[in-house]
Amino acid sequence: MSVDSVFVHKMWNDHELSKMVEGGVPYPMLSDGGGNIGKLYGVYDEDAGVETRGRFIIDPDGIVQGFEVLTPPVGRNVSESIRQVKAFQLVRESKGTEATPSGWKPGKKVLKPSPDLVGNVWKEWKVSEAFDE
Amino acid sequence: MPEDFKPGCQRPPVKKPAAAGESAPAAAKEEVQGMIKVGKPAPDFTAPAYWKGKFVNINLSEYKGKWVLLCFYPGDFTFV
Repeated sequence: MSVDSVFVHKMWNDHELSKMVEGGVPYPMLSDGGGNIGKLYGVYDEDAGVETRGRFIIDPDGIVQGFEVLTPPVGRNVSESIRQVKAFQLVRESKGTEATPSGWKPGKKVLKPSPDLVGNVWKEWKVSEAFDE
Repeated sequence: MPEDFKPGCQRPPVKKPAAAGESAPAAAKEEVQGMIKVGKPAPDFTAPAYWKGKFVNINLSEYKGKWVLLCFYPGDFTFV
């Protein structure tokens, strides 16, 4: 979503993005002329008249589970967004009985919060697991 | 003469017309832009979109039952 018109979206997709991604952008490229939706989400930059790099994870009930907002010159980390979605999906499937520690990714240890775990995370989980290697 | 500027990801700030029509009370126009809260419903919207060669209207609430990544960006062709 950006303040560009759908016509500009078409030009960008057809003339540039489709040369990087086969078949072009697979999801809807939304247009928010005037930035009204950006204002609703708190990512509209009034001074520049554009939206910042905001990314929102919305669950199947329409609840915002997380967001990240960057200034224009720094691109996002797509893998990190996907990791977060997977973590939220795991928590949802466990009906909130499981939690994903720092640095979790699929296959890594999850924690089951309980009275017994209070003060005992150090026995279950090591700081090294927060990192990729 | 118009001044050159280098193309970047950051759009040059829009210069507001200076003082010319400073009649309206300045305080009234300042909208407060709130930030979204996690754990709360995402504001619903309908917006036009370009999707698979067509122009369509997309309503966020149609995506209930699915996980959604909603991404904003400064503009088409902004490099990153």
